[in-house]
Amino acid sequence: MLVTDVVVQVLADPAVEPAGLLPARQQMALSLGWHIILACFGVAFPAMLFTMHLIGIRRDDPNALMLARKWGKVAAVLFAIGAVSGTVLSFEMGLLWPGLMGTYGDVLGLPFAFEGLAFFLEAIFLGIYLYGWDRIPPKRHVLMVLPMAVAGVFGTYCVIAVNAWMNVPVGFEVVDGQVTNIDPWAVLFSSAAFWQFLHMWIAAYMVVGFSVAAVYAVGMLRGRRDRRHHLGFTIPFAFASVAAVIQPVVGHLLGNRLAERQPAKLAAFELATETESPSPLRIGGFLIDGTVRWAIDIPYLGSIVARNSFTAPVEGLDTFPPEDRPPVNITHWAFQIMVGIGLLLMLSVIAYWVARWRGHDLTDRRWFLRLVAVSGVLAIIAVEAGWVATEVGRQPWVVYGFMRTSEAAGDNPGLWWVLGVTAVVYSGLTVGAIIVLRSMARRWRAGDVELPSPYGPESALASSEARGGAHRDTRGDTHGDTRGDTGEERQ
Amino acid sequence: MTLAVAVAAALFVGVVAYALFGGADFGSGFYDLTAGGAARGAELRTLVDHSIGPVWEANHVWLIYVLVVWWTGFPESFAAAMSTLFLPLILALLGIVLRGASFAFRKYAATLSQARLFGAIFAGSSLIAPFFFGTVAGAIASGRVPATGRGDRIDSWVNPTSLFGGVIAVGTCAFLAGCFLCADAVRSGNPRLADRLRPRTLAVGIVTGAVVFAALVPIRRDAPTLADGLETQAAPLIVISGLAGLATLVLVYRRRFALARVTALAAVAAVISGWGVGQYPWLLVDEVTIDDAAGADATLQGILIAVGLAAVLVVPAMAYLFRLTQTEAWSRPEH
Repeated sequence: MLVTDVVVQVLADPAVEPAGLLPARQQMALSLGWHIILACFGVAFPAMLFTMHLIGIRRDDPNALMLARKWGKVAAVLFAIGAVSGTVLSFEMGLLWPGLMGTYGDVLGLPFAFEGLAFFLEAIFLGIYLYGWDRIPPKRHVLMVLPMAVAGVFGTYCVIAVNAWMNVPVGFEVVDGQVTNIDPWAVLFSSAAFWQFLHMWIAAYMVVGFSVAAVYAVGMLRGRRDRRHHLGFTIPFAFASVAAVIQPVVGHLLGNRLAERQPAKLAAFELATETESPSPLRIGGFLIDGTVRWAIDIPYLGSIVARNSFTAPVEGLDTFPPEDRPPVNITHWAFQIMVGIGLLLMLSVIAYWVARWRGHDLTDRRWFLRLVAVSGVLAIIAVEAGWVATEVGRQPWVVYGFMRTSEAAGDNPGLWWVLGVTAVVYSGLTVGAIIVLRSMARRWRAGDVELPSPYGPESALASSEARGGAHRDTRGDTHGDTRGDTGEERQ
Repeated sequence: MTLAVAVAAALFVGVVAYALFGGADFGSGFYDLTAGGAARGAELRTLVDHSIGPVWEANHVWLIYVLVVWWTGFPESFAAAMSTLFLPLILALLGIVLRGASFAFRKYAATLSQARLFGAIFAGSSLIAPFFFGTVAGAIASGRVPATGRGDRIDSWVNPTSLFGGVIAVGTCAFLAGCFLCADAVRSGNPRLADRLRPRTLAVGIVTGAVVFAALVPIRRDAPTLADGLETQAAPLIVISGLAGLATLVLVYRRRFALARVTALAAVAAVISGWGVGQYPWLLVDEVTIDDAAGADATLQGILIAVGLAAVLVVPAMAYLFRLTQTEAWSRPEH
């Protein structure tokens, strides 16, 4: 068999689709997949920022305060692009899926209204916090992070509630083709929402915890082993550790509900072509021409993991009509990548804390620092894979059992062009963000604490400052928060 | 008042708030764009950053509020408008994305050339978004969005009412921003910078005011339902808008910038409310009324609860943010 044949087989979608569907799905995948990373920062970063800032105030620790200050600036950049990429999504709900929004807008909309409320508070308190440095009394200032942290979590819950509703629709009936008896609160309080939220919330802590710890691990690999790197590593790594240990348990509990609610998705996760009792756990492998190839089967384990039983079978794909089956290979691989990375990260944090308990500091080992250095990227890949698994696994349904994705898509032409422009713009944003974040880090290392923006040549700004007009930040001033900073930054 | 009208009113409060606060932020882009070269424009660009930096993200959320209340409360009309106005909406969205990101990037740019690139994108895209939102408003007000399905992809927003709507949106944003920036410049102890902004603000105000009243003529032919509303039930608002606009011009001329902010807000709020009142009771003019477009009652009640919570939680927080940014403590040099 030719490689291209395999690729075509692997990627083939069983259902025949209208022309607008594929670009709409790719567009949604691109913009949501991009936003999800920034959303994780919106959810989990404030808690870490709060912890760091609190340590700084409680212990009068200038290093912790300095880190909180810097993290606040990083958060400002990430939240800004997160806010705009989130706006893109709310437009796309209507631009790409008018069929869904026109029919089910008043069923699924209410959680979004509460999410908007949460986002409002997050944006307001971010503004207050960022510009409150040295302007609000320190004890009140640190409290300004808390509404951000709470609102971020609540907002996540609301968004996930909508996604959970797409997987397990509740709160309406269809009578004679009309959506009726609508109870929008059912969407907000469904049990599916709670478990899916928990999984995503913890994932956000893993993404941010490992990503931030990775930055300081890289610094340590380059020989920067000061107190600040120690703090910058430990706080996020501690958050990530708790999350990484809990996550497999939550994931397992969430997965156990699938057999009953979305058996086709479970069959795709497990690559179960036919019902076997007990079901094996199938690692790797592809479904090609209806047969599974290159998979490693571990007997019994499929039933144990997916059904909490030695005998209960995973329902096979053959029990569903072909038009109701999700794209199997993508779903299966996305799921396995998520689980694999999750287990790897769990084992590495356990190794760290066990070693520490026995008196060894693994941050002295280069192999461990290298592992942490890539852990952020791994956690991001795991989140993306998990999201692909649940979204692609739901296909061909947008509202499971009620509306097919093809019915939700609009018929606007030119979607491929929009997708092209989106890809260019998002690439630009990615490059811009990386350039700016790297230059921030470089300038901080060089001792430039306040990062004044170069709105004009030095001379123009200097002259305006002399008149007291423009606000140019000056370095090396004698704030309590920034004292003793400049020297030790240069290492 | 029916449940649906209450939700529509809440939706419209969001439209007005976005036009005022988001509008002032967008309008800053106009002065940033016309500030001159790197050396000449440095002061003004620093002022723009200082003025909108703490608030732009919060002001931006009004847009999301409007979208969410719309699709939750009036889902079919939302889907129809999004399908019909695909092009202007996607262009407005492009402006929003580029503006927000490049504003944040400029703040932490390391070199002047980086800052100039991000700054140019920020300023340019700040004009794109209000223009296309204006055309969307014109499309709805002139009855070009069907109740269900999809209207004409081009004619719906390339028409006299829409194009005037776009120009008026850009002009009102710039006028608002001019008043705010002048006041901020004076408060931060730089009256010379305010003097540089003053003639431009006056010019923008005069031109925008003239366009608003000139637009009434083509709108009569192009959007008769809206024109009828503007000349009857909304007429007081249009008069108030005109008077407040004139007062603002006088105040800016006499350098009473702090007060001019208030009258400018009043003028813009009145003209936008004039549009809303003028097209009442239509949600999509000549196509579907607010009551007929509404979704399920349970959902409408839910929205009103969410809006009530927002009034309790968001408004005080936002007032605190604005108070901090508009008082002396925040005008001290940033550290």
